[in-house]
Parts: sequence; C-alpha cells; structure tokens
Amino acid sequence: MPAPFTSITSRLVPLDRVNVDTDQIVPKQFLKLIHKTGFGKYLFYDWRFDTNGKPRTDFVLNDAKYAGRSILLARENFGIGSSREHAVWAILDYGFRSVIAPSFADIFYNNCFKNGLLPVVLSKQDIEYLFSNPDQEVEICLQDQIVVAGDRVMHFEIDGSRKKLMLEGLDEIGITLKLEDKISNFEKKMIGQEIKM
Amino acid sequence: MARTIFEKIWDNHLVHSEGGQHLLYIDRHLVHEVTSPQAFDGLRMNNRKVRRPDLTFATMDHNVPTNNRSLPIVDQVSATQIEALARNCREFGITLFDMASTEQGIVHVIGPELGITLPGTTIVCGDSHTSTHGAFGALAFGIGTSEVEHVLATQCLWFASKPKTFEVNIEGSRKSRAVTAKDMILYVIRKIGTGGGAGAVFEYRGPIISELSMEQRMTICNMSIEGGARAGIVGPDRTTFDYLRGRKYAPKGEAYERAVEFWRGLTTDPGARFDKSVTFDISSLAPQVSWGTNPAMVVDVTESVPNPDEFAKGNENERKAAVRALEYMALVPGTPITDISIDRVFIGSCTNSRLEDLIEASVVVKGRKVSPNVRAMVVPGSQQVKAAAEAIGLDKVFKEAGFEWRESGCSMCLGMNPDVLSSGERCASTSNRNFEGRQGAGGRTHLVSPVMAAAAAVEGRFVDVREWL
Repeated sequence: MPAPFTSITSRLVPLDRVNVDTDQIVPKQFLKLIHKTGFGKYLFYDWRFDTNGKPRTDFVLNDAKYAGRSILLARENFGIGSSREHAVWAILDYGFRSVIAPSFADIFYNNCFKNGLLPVVLSKQDIEYLFSNPDQEVEICLQDQIVVAGDRVMHFEIDGSRKKLMLEGLDEIGITLKLEDKISNFEKKMIGQEIKM
Repeated sequence: MARTIFEKIWDNHLVHSEGGQHLLYIDRHLVHEVTSPQAFDGLRMNNRKVRRPDLTFATMDHNVPTNNRSLPIVDQVSATQIEALARNCREFGITLFDMASTEQGIVHVIGPELGITLPGTTIVCGDSHTSTHGAFGALAFGIGTSEVEHVLATQCLWFASKPKTFEVNIEGSRKSRAVTAKDMILYVIRKIGTGGGAGAVFEYRGPIISELSMEQRMTICNMSIEGGARAGIVGPDRTTFDYLRGRKYAPKGEAYERAVEFWRGLTTDPGARFDKSVTFDISSLAPQVSWGTNPAMVVDVTESVPNPDEFAKGNENERKAAVRALEYMALVPGTPITDISIDRVFIGSCTNSRLEDLIEASVVVKGRKVSPNVRAMVVPGSQQVKAAAEAIGLDKVFKEAGFEWRESGCSMCLGMNPDVLSSGERCASTSNRNFEGRQGAGGRTHLVSPVMAAAAAVEGRFVDVREWL
C-alpha cells in the first residue's frame, strides 16, 4: 500500500530523450528478483554503467549536480514497451517521487499510481520551459493539480479516482473487496454464460 | 445504438462504475513467473485468497532455458523465480503448465492453443503482449504486478476511464506470400508511431484481415502495444470458430454450438462510430525491416537507412533519437538495407513462433544452408507447436540447413534465459522489440517476418524475400 502523496518540492533531473522504454528503465537481467525492493541501483542500468560496470560520465544521473533531486523530467511517450512494474519500483527506490512528461505510455502510467509515484502530464510549452530551467525549485501540489516554478503556475489533468488513491494512499484491493456483493451478483447473471468455465 | 465489438465486451463485463472509474470483470487470468511473485507475496501479507483459481492459468516461459529440459537450470536466480511460481500455484490452487508439461509454452501461444482464449472474454496477464489474444475477439490487456494482485484477489480490474476506440482498416490485395502479417503491423506502427494508439483499443478490420489465418491475426494483435494501444481486437468469424473447435478448454459439442451462436453477435455493428480511424492499402507493401531502436523506426527492404532529418520531419527530439539510434545500431544513413550483414537469426517469440510461422520459414530454408557467418535458431512457441512441427519434419529441415532447434519459451526475444546477443552482434529477429539491449546488452536487433529472417540466415544479410517465394 503506497504512502499518501500530497505535494513535493525539488529541483529537476532532466532526461532529454523521447520514447524511453521500460527495457531502458530496468533491463531484463534484473527482473528475476522476486521482491519489490532494491531496484534503484538498476535504474537505467545500461545508460548509467558501461560494460565494465563503470559509471558513464555522459549520463545525467551520474552528474553529481543532480544528486538527491526527486522529480524526473522526461520527454514524449515515457515508459513504452514492457508492462514490468519493476520500472516504477526502480524509479521510486532511486529516490524519485514524480515524473513530469508531455505524455506517458498507458501501462506505465497506470503502474505509477499503484505505487505512489506521481506521473504529471504537462503541455509541450511547459515541458520546454522546465527543460530550460532544471535548476529551479519546482513544487508539485496534487490537491490543486498544479506545478509551480517561480511565478509560473502550470495546471495538470488527472482522473479523480487516481487523485484520491494517491492523496489518501488507499488500498485499492481492500476497496474492491467491499464490493463483493456486486461481483457475486455479476457472476450469477453474467451475459455470455456460454463462455463460463 | 450501434456498438463496436469493444463496446459490447465492455458492456457485458461492467460490474460497477463509481467516481468516474469502472470495474470490469475478468474471465481469464494468465500468469507467468516474472511479474507474479510480488503479487502472490501481497496476497499472503494481507491474508487474501485467489478468488477464482478456476479462471487462472499459469506457465513459466520468460526464464526457461531452451536447451535440454532434463538438465537443471544453471542460473540460480532464474531457478528461484521458476520455483516460486510452482510453489505459488500449489499454495493457491492454480493450474500450472510447468517445464515438464507437454502444454508448456509462451503464455500468449498456449492460451489460444488450449482454447483458454475465447471470443467475448476479458483476458489479462502481467505482460504487455497480452494484446495477442484480441485476435479471437477477446478484450485482452497487459497489466502491471499490482493489477495482477488485484485480479487474483477480486477477479476484477479498475479502469480510470473507458478506452477510446481506434479503427485500423487494412485494404488492398496481397501480391506475394512473402508479404506477411508481420509486415502489415510493422507498417502500421511505422505510420502511427509508438504512441499513436495511447489510450485506445485498436480494432483491425477490412478485407485483408478477414482473409488472414488465426496465426496471422495473432501476429498483428500482438504488436498493438508497440503502436501504443493496450489492446487490439479482430471480430470473430468462421476462421476463429473453426480454430477453437475441439481445443482442450473450449466449449464442446452442444455447448460449442451455443457458444458460436453467441460469438456471431460479437462483431462491430454497421454504423458504429470509432473515436479515431485510419486506413492503409497494403497492395504495394514490401517486406519491412527495422533499422533503429524502436518499432516505428522501420523501412521497406528495398529502401536505405534513412538520415535523421528525413526521419524526423522537423521534430528535433525525434531527430536526436534517430541520431542516437543510428549510433547504437552502427548504421550509416544511405546504406541499402540489403547491404546490412547479420550475425544471428532468431525465429521465435509470441509474435512469430506458431506452426504457420515455422512452416513459412521452412519453405525458404528447405534445401539451403545457413550462411557460415550466421548463428541461427528456431524456438517454437510451445511444446505443442514443437511436436506438431516435428510431426511434419520441420525440425529436420531447419537442422539440415544449420539452424538450432530448441525447446519452447520466450528465449532471445528478451534474453532473460541464456539465449542472448553479445555486445555488437546484429540479429534478424522475428520478435517485437528492437529497444537498446533488448536481446542482450549492446546487441542490435532488426525486426522482420519469419520468411525475411529465414532468407537473411541463408544469405548472411537482408534480402527481398519476394524474389524467393
């Protein structure tokens, strides 16, 4: 059950690449672990480390200037490809609490909310502005659905149900289990009995 | 009101709506070893049960070695994950097709093959290629591990909003057997981009789709996710019903007849509205080859590696991505695709490892030899596919040509088992993703059809396989 998310303030880590896929976020050799914790050290592994395991100096996460920041700034179509939730676990475990991008892949976006990582969709203009000012303190307020950078206030959209889940850190399975009567009734009168097992 | 097939299945499965979100009932839940252990742990921590073990089916596919099955698994971490699935299935009473089973295979190959996948059902699996099952007129989504846990506990899944409908019409006429379903879907992704279908469910329609076999429809629906859509669907028809007759878990006898009557109603009504619609004419389609590091970076086999400006059409971020992709792929703009030499060939994956894929590739390979510079392997999608292929002698055709003939699994599509590319190796692959390092750190993947991969294995470089078939 994720911790509640209300607001955060941080400078940004700018990841200036489009179409970042989940194979890059966590390469497959780390998907064999059977727990949810400890994935931070594998985040962007092949971009962070060379084949000898040495940090690549040209990758943003290896720049000391960006250490300790908790908002990842990304480009279009972030999180495409594999459904691996390990990608979200790695981003969180590394220390990020939010990813801001102009668009996200569906499954990745969905997985974020289940773990308390806030994906924020902003317009291309707002994203360009943030990429040009990554060292500015940015505040994300989920309740008001705004990102504030200096005197610039940027609004973002989020589904009401997802917002509530994040704000309150709810146990979604617990909520659904309270609907047991509805689920049982549905099973009894289900259309397409022909395909029941 | 006229409805699409997606809307009919959605309406039939809607349990509850609340606060703008919708709870959908799930008919079939497929489980594999990589995305499930944390979900089962979650159940245990909260003292929860699997609500419908009878609707839940598991297999191990991502990690499994494809060499001799009687040997122990060398990779201890893989072995632990595989054993965890077996233990979880025993504890929660779930049917498991394990490594010793004659029904084991890639989860998206065995679901249809066993008749677990049926028209009109909702299907989920912790794997993005669950979209494959949409070929049967099922609504099939890939989900994350938290959702796997949710479905195990409740047999339902929340949708924060109803997906949009997106019609993909495929028209024209096929001129050559060498132009396959794989080429069609690569072409669609090339045109709409890797995010083109975000938030939507594709429905593939049109005369060409109706002519395709179930295997070919599965290839197309499989790669819906590469076009950004969580699901892709084809309306069921006689081809679908015939495929399902007699399958292990499909309705039998009178129940089958009643099911067919129900399934016949699962087509998009005339006049139904789609949120978005595109049409592609494939009459002049050439075999497709990917050159870059995402599945939209694709050209015709007769073309050359594009230059980044031409590819990006004015989008600076896409141009930078193309420059980066060319560097990773060690390709120079202007190089004819047919001048690109390859080191490895992989025929397999949930996209292209079914019997028909292997038959088509074998036609190209028969009587020829794999180039001495190439290491080539065939990994059947399931043990049943392997047995059926061996029954008609395909194993001999491939082995005589110099291919390795393996046991079933995901294998080198994602290289979680020992089947990986070495850094710098270039592979013609029938799989679905050419992301950096997908088939092994530093490996270079070119996505192609099975017949294109087979021809590349023989020549040691890409060739226009239309000249061979």
